[in-house]
Amino acid sequence: MFSLKNTQWGSLVICWRAVASMAWSVLLLLPTTALFVLLSRFSLFHPILWMSECLSLLTSASAIFSFILLCGVVLMVGFFNLEYYTVVPSIACSKIALLGQVLHPRQFVHSLVHCIMGVVVAWCCAFTIGGRYRSLGHPCTQDESGPEMCLNEYHLVLLLAGAFIGYSHSLVGVVYNMNYVSFHTMQQYKYLRFKGALPLVVKASAVQALYCLRSFLLLYFFMGYAPRAWICKTLDLSINSSIHSLDSVSSLLDLSLLYHLWISGTFLLLTWYITVLLFRIFVTEVYSFPVQSTFTEDAHQCLPKVITGTQPMILKFLALQDLALLSQHSPSRRLEVFSLSQPGGHPHIWTALSKECLSLLSDLTERLVAHHDTVATNGRAKSQSTGSNKRSTTSSEVTSVGMEDMKTPRPSALIRTPGSVFLRSSVGAGLRTPLTTPFTPDLDSPFSSPALRRLTGPLEPQGALSPGFSSIQSPHVMRRGPKLWSASTDSQLNGSPPPSPGPAPSPSQAQLKPSFLVTFLQNRKDQVKNFLAKRMLIMYLFNKLPEASSQALFADSQVHIWALQGLSHLVAASFSEDQYGIVQTTLPTILSTLLLLQEAVDRHFKLPHTSSKPGHCSCSMGDDSYKTLRFALRSTLKTAVYRITATFGGHLQ
Amino acid sequence: MHHWTKYVRVVEILRIVCLLQASVVYETFLTDAHLRFEANLATFYRIRKDSPALNLYFPRESLKPHSRQESSSKSAFRDHCETLYTRSAGAWRDAGLSGLLNEIANSSAEVPKWLGVSSSCVLALLRWVSSFHSSLFPHLTLSSEEMTAEFSQVLDWSDCAVRGFAWHPHTQKCAVALSDDSIKIYNPKSATTPTLKHRLQRSVAALQWKPLCASALAVACHNCLLVWHVDPTSLSTRPSSGCAQVLSHPGHSPVTSVAWSPNGPLLVSASPRDTALLVWDVAVESCVPLHRVGGGGVTYLSWSPDGSRVLAATPSSLFRVWETRMWTCERWPSLKGRCQSGCWSPDGSRLLFTVQGETVIYALTFTDNPGVPLMMSGGPKAATVVADLSETTLNTPDGDIMVGGEIQSLAWDPRGERLAVHVKGDAGAGRPAMIAVFKTQISPAFKLLPCGFVQGEAGTEPRLMQFNPNYQHGAQLTVCWSNGKITHVPFCFMSAGNPQPGLGGSPSFPLTQGRPADYNNQTLYTELIS
Repeated sequence: MFSLKNTQWGSLVICWRAVASMAWSVLLLLPTTALFVLLSRFSLFHPILWMSECLSLLTSASAIFSFILLCGVVLMVGFFNLEYYTVVPSIACSKIALLGQVLHPRQFVHSLVHCIMGVVVAWCCAFTIGGRYRSLGHPCTQDESGPEMCLNEYHLVLLLAGAFIGYSHSLVGVVYNMNYVSFHTMQQYKYLRFKGALPLVVKASAVQALYCLRSFLLLYFFMGYAPRAWICKTLDLSINSSIHSLDSVSSLLDLSLLYHLWISGTFLLLTWYITVLLFRIFVTEVYSFPVQSTFTEDAHQCLPKVITGTQPMILKFLALQDLALLSQHSPSRRLEVFSLSQPGGHPHIWTALSKECLSLLSDLTERLVAHHDTVATNGRAKSQSTGSNKRSTTSSEVTSVGMEDMKTPRPSALIRTPGSVFLRSSVGAGLRTPLTTPFTPDLDSPFSSPALRRLTGPLEPQGALSPGFSSIQSPHVMRRGPKLWSASTDSQLNGSPPPSPGPAPSPSQAQLKPSFLVTFLQNRKDQVKNFLAKRMLIMYLFNKLPEASSQALFADSQVHIWALQGLSHLVAASFSEDQYGIVQTTLPTILSTLLLLQEAVDRHFKLPHTSSKPGHCSCSMGDDSYKTLRFALRSTLKTAVYRITATFGGHLQ
Repeated sequence: MHHWTKYVRVVEILRIVCLLQASVVYETFLTDAHLRFEANLATFYRIRKDSPALNLYFPRESLKPHSRQESSSKSAFRDHCETLYTRSAGAWRDAGLSGLLNEIANSSAEVPKWLGVSSSCVLALLRWVSSFHSSLFPHLTLSSEEMTAEFSQVLDWSDCAVRGFAWHPHTQKCAVALSDDSIKIYNPKSATTPTLKHRLQRSVAALQWKPLCASALAVACHNCLLVWHVDPTSLSTRPSSGCAQVLSHPGHSPVTSVAWSPNGPLLVSASPRDTALLVWDVAVESCVPLHRVGGGGVTYLSWSPDGSRVLAATPSSLFRVWETRMWTCERWPSLKGRCQSGCWSPDGSRLLFTVQGETVIYALTFTDNPGVPLMMSGGPKAATVVADLSETTLNTPDGDIMVGGEIQSLAWDPRGERLAVHVKGDAGAGRPAMIAVFKTQISPAFKLLPCGFVQGEAGTEPRLMQFNPNYQHGAQLTVCWSNGKITHVPFCFMSAGNPQPGLGGSPSFPLTQGRPADYNNQTLYTELIS
């Protein structure tokens, strides 16, 4: 009931913002259209005629009709933005996943509607440009048969170009995550942000239209006859044989046609991009949540309540952003956070906020550790594969010996990370995170004696010795496996532990002594995989994209960045502002969580597949800031730890 | 406001001669109640013992300046038999449209006549437009090196052996930029002194360490920004150029000033050629340009220590104060000339700045909340003159000396108790460049008292100064001299804000105002509290 109310209210907030952005984009359509009219009818040698023609066109009734059509398209685009936006980008880890995204029914609807809207906009453009583009049919006199309607191919090309650009907009949107809404580090007023981004958007739409046009012309050159024949057949138009058809090199290189196609494409993309831009700006605007409410009816709108909610996701993002900002900029709201509840004197607000932030951060730590386990297991398999087959069988024996030790899981085995000195203070928080994989590959190597293994067995985390790992697979497949399939399949295949807290259940007897049938089946499976892996196309489709898994891990890290900023600023401010000392009680937990995360992040950046520097992407309109979130997280984490230690200094000892 | 020399004459002038070792200055002439002589004497000996040996000396002869010019060496290697097309493409890539036109106009033998003529015409038109533009903003006619020299905070930048100096905000570690385009990092606790060199690290104008970070150092270079990540635990003396992030933006060169936000990941950078102030998110290497009309560029940046505002000076008689929450700005058209330098009080409430061509220090007071945007709250309406440093003659035991003049830079110590003013001087008129030190008080009312001068060895003049942010016993001013020496001048005092317990419990009586007889307590400038 409560969460429902919260969800409704949250959706309402977002809806109003979207509506405001749509209203602005409709308003902005007016100058854009006027500019388009001026540019599309541009004639250098008759400036007065040009201006007067444009003015008369802009005030005519038919222009108003097409303007209303354009408004409808913009509203539709705005609606699709609202419906398809996301704050956590979906990152395809392989080509096949990307293909799946493109062919998804939801995406299909998106593409289809954008295709149709592209045609509508192109029709408006054709109408506005006038002249030879005005209508689909024109009267012509073929030989003998008298006057009849012929196909106007210029009009058709313009419509098809609109459809193509509409479709490619939708497609490029998937590939470059154009529906991803990113939040900015710097806060600016909406007008200034729009003003700053407008030149980039204009440039991006012009360039994108140029690229689209190139592809479209190529396509039309080879396939143009098909839609032409189809249109002629359905609309009962005849082809004027006295005019050359447009799918030839000479007629496609008509400069005026190219210019009109390009300017129409730019206009189409510009109006849509402006809608997207306004939507992003409006939706990511800072929302100031009340820290505590005076009335119980509004309790669901308070920061501590919103921050713990999950639906809609963007509300949680806005709440965390607000937390990060209030912790930096407003002392009065900080005082509310540090205040005690009136009857009872409990620091409810601070507890709720810090708990949520800490759980977010420890979630990330768990995720990182689990990922590292998967990759590290993979690395060990690689080292085994260099050895002979015999060795791998010995290793399986060895591991099974080790597993017998593992049959009685001990919780103490979980808390052991060499070099982690913070664990003493963090037993409470540390137990939640499975601290697997200390970097001890030599213990798991096939060369270590069983006796040694037995000695170290109880201390050994389960990641290395999980049951399925040691089955009699061919080492080559084991090496290739995680690369071939997506991450979720890996973890089952290699049997690395799921990222669940607490000790894993002890392996069943059947898994311990694999029967003949199981071995046989596994052998078959490996053979099939071996076979598939040799085919180039399959390899191409299933190969993991570099860095994609790392990007996917940190896809929602904006939340963690704000949580880190908020926590560290609040803790730093509490040094002088916290009258009741409520922050002190959570300080050890906060520090240990931060340091555990620091450890996990450091280890993640040492993995071979993660680059240590942000790369640059020249993609114009799609927001690629999700690719660099992990770097932002790393530096924010470091700064947060330094901020707390620099503020408290010697008091921490 | 009184004329400063009236008091400079009457108070005992202390000439501080900086020797090779750190010398400690005693402000015995101040009968401030907080200043306890005995306590200071105790700290004096302690400082002498544990002050780090960071007195550095860089003789100019030992530094070979870079004579390498990217364009000059290129012509020696370029194959002149290239076709016109290749050369044009190269010119387009290197120097843009004007380079392309220049190339076409120069090779008139190979191109059709109309093309050569038209490109010459367009080139002439471009030059005419740009000359018109630079008549509006005369600084645009300068070359990059001259521009850096003009707008740098270092006095006589092009002649200087030490071109930049930066203390680390949290540890006793400093970075020194030298005229051979290298940067050395000194840490008294470590034996290694890493030397940073990078292909793009040319004509370093400024450098600053990132706050709340152990290792990041931002360097303003000729045509980019470099952010070095120098691992303090590394034993390497030559960190590879892979340790540096290169941040560049088209049109943003030369970079003359950088400033880190005191509590965040942001870095602002300024170039006199670029009208936009760039705000970098260094971790992700992205930037947001903040364009505003007017000014013709940005020359100097200073972030207030509380992080709420940024001073941005322009080459024309205008400067801006940005508020960092929503990044709106306030314009301050100053009348006489461009803003040369500025510094913030530690609480970010006061800005002192100087104007080129004038010998006075102005102050602006910001009383609003840092959270509220500037436009809506009542910021200051006008700047007040707090000190006048015009030329005057002082009678000293060694004879009369001329002091005063135009101001090169300002520095305020992190506790807000000492203000160092770098006076340019005029060697021809017998006025040496020197550093005047003032005693300041920020709360409850802003006060400024003359304190003394810092002078170097005979024949040397100060070029650059900075306060050490980690000095325990008061304030320590680091000065880079024209002969390549770097010395540290400590000022020992006890902070008025938080007197240390156990060092005397006598009640502190406030400075009396309006008693002309008691010159010791008389201030040069006192803010009127209404």
